[in-house]
Amino acid sequence: MTRSKRIEYFGFGVLRLITLAVVLLIFWLIADLFVKGGHTLNWAFWTTFPQKGMTTGGIFPTVVGTAFVTLITALFAVPVGVASAIYLSEYARDHFLSRLIRASIRNLAGVPSIIYGLFGVALFVEGLHFGTSVLSAGLTLGLLSLPYIITATEEALKTVPKSYREGALALGATQWETIVSVVLPPALPGISTGVMLGLSRAAGETAPILFTGVAYYLRYLPGTVWDSFMALPYHLYVLATQHHAIEEVRPLAYGTALTLLGMITLLNFMAIQIRYRYQAQSPA
Amino acid sequence: MGNKDLTPANLFENQKRHFFNRLFKFLVKTAAFLSVVVLVGIFALLAWNGLQMFREVSVFQFFFTSTWNPSALNAPSFGIGSMLAGTMLVTVAAMFIAFPVGIALAAYLSEVASPRMRGVVRPIIELLAGIPSVVVGFIGIVVIGPFLAKTFALSNGFTALNGAILLAIMALPSIVTVAEDALRAVPRAYREASYALGSNKWTTLVRVTLPAAGSGIVAAGVLGVGRAVGETMTVLMATGNALEVPDSLFDAVRTMTATMAIEMGEVPFGTTHYFSLFAIGATLFIISLLFNLTAEYLAAKFRHQA
Repeated sequence: MTRSKRIEYFGFGVLRLITLAVVLLIFWLIADLFVKGGHTLNWAFWTTFPQKGMTTGGIFPTVVGTAFVTLITALFAVPVGVASAIYLSEYARDHFLSRLIRASIRNLAGVPSIIYGLFGVALFVEGLHFGTSVLSAGLTLGLLSLPYIITATEEALKTVPKSYREGALALGATQWETIVSVVLPPALPGISTGVMLGLSRAAGETAPILFTGVAYYLRYLPGTVWDSFMALPYHLYVLATQHHAIEEVRPLAYGTALTLLGMITLLNFMAIQIRYRYQAQSPA
Repeated sequence: MGNKDLTPANLFENQKRHFFNRLFKFLVKTAAFLSVVVLVGIFALLAWNGLQMFREVSVFQFFFTSTWNPSALNAPSFGIGSMLAGTMLVTVAAMFIAFPVGIALAAYLSEVASPRMRGVVRPIIELLAGIPSVVVGFIGIVVIGPFLAKTFALSNGFTALNGAILLAIMALPSIVTVAEDALRAVPRAYREASYALGSNKWTTLVRVTLPAAGSGIVAAGVLGVGRAVGETMTVLMATGNALEVPDSLFDAVRTMTATMAIEMGEVPFGTTHYFSLFAIGATLFIISLLFNLTAEYLAAKFRHQA
């Protein structure tokens, strides 16, 4: 081998090694959770309330709480996000307003999640008197997931060929009719992917719900949107750092971490599956 | 759908359709404009609440002193110096890890990996991006912390270094994505010209492709800083939250985000303490906005060149 060939071999070797190290590190961290916490996972863990000051029992109310809040998040963020994306993709020309909207969306995606929490306190909890509730937390998370949903939906709308729109418009459909009956249906898988990724991000967040509605412990499930709630991510934080018997509840913390990780990964995996299947069929 | 006969009924039907068409456009435009309102609203609320603190606290005390004791009865103090130092230390240390590793990963994915390997590695990085920050914080407590304590003979692993490692893990996916995009955007002709001059792939990567992707690569790093500065749960759980200016990476630190997370839940509404937390929030918002705008500017500059 010549000298330059050896350098190339060595350099690429280093890049391969770093990549391998990162992949192994990720596997090691996740495997560690499974090895130490796998045994806590069973049906009873997911379907019973915490007992004896949260030292035994399950995490049922946290699963319900997270699902409820995520539902509120979806009810707000999906229609608003999809509508915003429709405006940007179908109506907006490149003018000041559309550039302002795009810049806002990009910067909203970079706003730290705890800032959304503060905003939620000032606007929903105190300003609109929603109190610490499912509604306040759900809307706060809705704002947080909005940029992701808008961006992904716009990408999906852009993959629909222009000829579809032109065909519908040529047949005399209004722009609204064109969008609803011709543009949205083929974009639906892509939109679902984006929505699921955005919602899974929101469901795993802790900082925005800390002071907008989550509770340390509740003996009942939230009945209406005005109640406070327990949530999986916050429960993990509590079990890991705030509990009076941290070492004793460590197995429960592992179980909660695995449940949360599993839920998020499943959502992401499903979203990515939809995307791959869709890409294979996409006409564009 | 089209205009069949211009009977009164059809005319009415058409008017209805066009009314819905206009209504729909108005609705989606309003929805889109909401993003602008939210961004401005976040800043306005942070500033409005944050500025009220300065009726009681001087600007100098807030930014340039480091005693934070806002709930003291007699003489509360509101200096965020130690938090600024803590945030900076953790973020800079995280970038020392994440930036080189991220660039190496991006270079591997774009220049070295076969399409099949890329198909394996990319989803793993995407998976990493999806892990909730509270789970990463938990890993800091149960894995990284004990490991650091054992390796460096510390009494516990709740140090700035722990937070830095976790933030590096969290910032990695966005750095890799942006840097890989930048490398891929370098025109083929650059590489081919380099090969034609007799350079091998490594020389081409180091001397041609990486420099050509320059501002895109820097954008990746700046974006990573923006992400790391605002992270809350990981640092809250892993860095020990001591309110002192750190001397080294082995000290416990408390970041700005952690302070908000710890104190916001207990603070009475409308007090100077309450406003001071919004002042911290506004400071953090401006810092992360600056980094994001810089990253955006650099990325745009790069797209313009490429």
